[in-house]
This record gives sequence, structure tokens and C-alpha cells, in this order.
Amino acid sequence: MMNIKILGSGCTNCKKLEENTKKAVAELGLVATFEKVTDYKDIVSYGVMKTPGLVVDGKVKLTGRVPSTEEIKKYL
Amino acid sequence: MNFLQQIFNWLSNQLLKMDWLYDIIKLLVEKVFGLSMKTKIGESTHFFIYDTIKIFILLSVLIFMISYIQSYFPPERTRKILSRVKGIKGNLLGALLGTITPFCSCSSIPIFIGFTSAGLPLGVTFSFLISSPLVDLASFLLLLSFFGWEIATAYVIVGLVLAVFGGTIIDKLKLEKYIEGYVLDIRDVELAKENNNDNENDIFVLNRKERINYSKQQVKDIIKKVWLYILIGVGIGALIHNWIPTDIINNIIGKNNPFSVLIAAIVAIPMYADIFGTLPIAEALFNKGVGIGTILTFMMGVTALSLPSIILLSKVVKKKLLIIFVSIVSMGIIIIGYLFNAFSYIFI
Repeated sequence: MMNIKILGSGCTNCKKLEENTKKAVAELGLVATFEKVTDYKDIVSYGVMKTPGLVVDGKVKLTGRVPSTEEIKKYL
Repeated sequence: MNFLQQIFNWLSNQLLKMDWLYDIIKLLVEKVFGLSMKTKIGESTHFFIYDTIKIFILLSVLIFMISYIQSYFPPERTRKILSRVKGIKGNLLGALLGTITPFCSCSSIPIFIGFTSAGLPLGVTFSFLISSPLVDLASFLLLLSFFGWEIATAYVIVGLVLAVFGGTIIDKLKLEKYIEGYVLDIRDVELAKENNNDNENDIFVLNRKERINYSKQQVKDIIKKVWLYILIGVGIGALIHNWIPTDIINNIIGKNNPFSVLIAAIVAIPMYADIFGTLPIAEALFNKGVGIGTILTFMMGVTALSLPSIILLSKVVKKKLLIIFVSIVSMGIIIIGYLFNAFSYIFI
């Protein structure tokens, strides 16, 4: 099962990213667990300096922006 | 040549200064509202509407352009570029890269932790942190629009010099021990990650459509964040412009008051706003004959330092380093103000 982490301190963009990602997962018919990473120390330990960030199975897929659902599908 | 000069002037007046908008709003105020431009009410109504629209147009266009450029330089890449250079070159590059990365002080903590934990020298990180809110393409073009190219160029140059200088001093003082312990602890995790993260470069590769989407989103986000500051700024500007007597302003921060720069710094440093909200106030003060140095000190004080950004930084550095950082930047801003007031005859 896929593990998806949303990196960000709870800003509106992080919520938007989570929403879009959930939509992408559902549209592709995938099963995934979602986690929120809100602590700066943990966020930076992924090498991410601009939130929101998307981590899929331990790999950073994007940082600092909220892409469309279509684009997110590429990373899953 | 004369012909080219005329075209250039026309473009600069219409596109950057937006003379056309000035005329339209003048018509609106006079014909629709029935207010004469010679009355205080008429003139300040004009100032308010014209400046608000002008700033929002410039803001949207500029943020779009800058975000597009920015999308090539996320902080993760900036850090990589910076880790390759040493010494004062690092400070200079840090300051320059600061001009094309975020406007917002809210990202300063993750950037600080990210840079420090990757082993970048503290001075380079501070050069970046000073220049990032202070100087960017947007502030340059806005200053160009409001004050002309001499002042805009001077602002950018002294801003960069301040960033390089401030960073270099912090470097020389060897203050690494005043970074909060947990920031340094992250180092190991971070570097281990970076070494086996083979696809790290993927996140920088965006296609054109993705960049445009990103830029549009930035415009929306930033306008949502700053519109109130802009309205307040333009409101204060209109007030200064037409309602507060010139004498009073000149007594407090006029050219004959030797403390004018200090007063501007004391008011501006704790204040949180960005350059877009500050400009209309600066413009109104400028029209009242306040010295350009005093105005630069005011603008730099508002953008470079603020209570919220100082509180944020206090989470990653100890008190001593924080005080040194704030003092260096404040002193720099005050010195810049006095220098500009003394040599302003070159610019105006």
C-alpha cells in the first residue's frame, strides 16, 4: 500500500494539496494511507524548505506549490 | 536617438507610471463624483483610487513574472548552488539569490534550518535572509514606477551591499554556537537523505503549463495576503498627501530634523508590511519633501525587519545572535538613510 505524506504546517495550501492528492488517488483507484507532517524539524529532514510538500513512499515528489489533480497522478 | 528617447519615455510613463490611469481616474473623480481635483476631498479620493488600482495591477503582473522566474529556483536548488561557493562570493551569491526567492518571511525558518543543516556558512544564510524580503524584482520595478530609475537602482544596490556586509560580519564573528541545538541535530538525517535521494532533481522539472499554474496561484495567494496592507498603506498615503499639513511632517521627519532617519527607523522596524503597502506612504512623504534617505530607511525598515519575523527567527537562533543580527541590519538601514540624505542631490 502506498504511503503519502503531506508536508506543511497546516496552511491553506497544504489542505488544498491534500484534497487534490486524495482526489487523484481515488480517480486512479489506488489505496493509500495519508499522513500529515506538520513539525518544521520533520519537514526539513525531507530536504523540503518550501511548503507544501508531497512525499510518496518516502520520496519527495514536489515542494512549494499545489499542482492540479491531473499533475499529481503522475507522481503516484 | 531623440525619437527612441521619446518612445522610451512614453512607454515608461504609460506602462510603469500609468499616466492613462491617472487621467481616467481624474475624469471619474471630476465628472462622476463631481469633486474638483483642486479640493482636498477630490485630490485624496483621486490618490486613493489611482494608487490602489495602480498597485494591484503592478502587483499582479510583477508577481506573475517573478513567480515564473522563481519556479526555476526553489530553495532546494538555491541551497545546492550556494553550497558550491566559498567566502565573500558565497555572501554575494546568497544576496543575489535572495532577490529571486520568496517574498514572505513565513518561509524563513524552514529555509534557515535547511541551509544550516546542509552545512552552508552562517554568514551566507544571513546574506540570503537579509536580501530576500528587502530586494526583489518586484520592489525594483515598483520603485521604478514611483520614483524613477535612479532611486530604484540605488535601493537595489544598497540593499545588496547591506545583505553582503551583514552576512560577512556575522561570518567573521563566528556565531555558530548561537544556533539552537536542534537545528544542528537535523544535519545527519538531512545529508543521509540527500545522498540516497536519487530522484531529487525531478522536483525541479516543471513544464510550461505547470509553471504558469504555479505563477497564477502565487498571484492569488499573495494578493489574498497583502490586499488589506495595501489599502491601509494607500489610506495613510492619502492622509499624508492631503490632510496632514506639510509643516508638521517636516518638523518630525523633514530635512532639517537631524533625527528624521532615526525616527523613521524606530517606527518602521517593528512594523510588519511589505513593500507594496509601504510604497504609497513613501510616495506621499516624498511629495511632501521628506528626504529620500529618510524614506529609504522607512521602506527598508518595514520590509527587512519586523516583530513577526524576529519572533520566528528566535525559534532557530539564540538571543545573542538574534540581537547581533537585528542590530547589524538596523544600523545598516540607518547609515543608508543618512548617506542618502547627504548625497541625495545626485539623484534628484
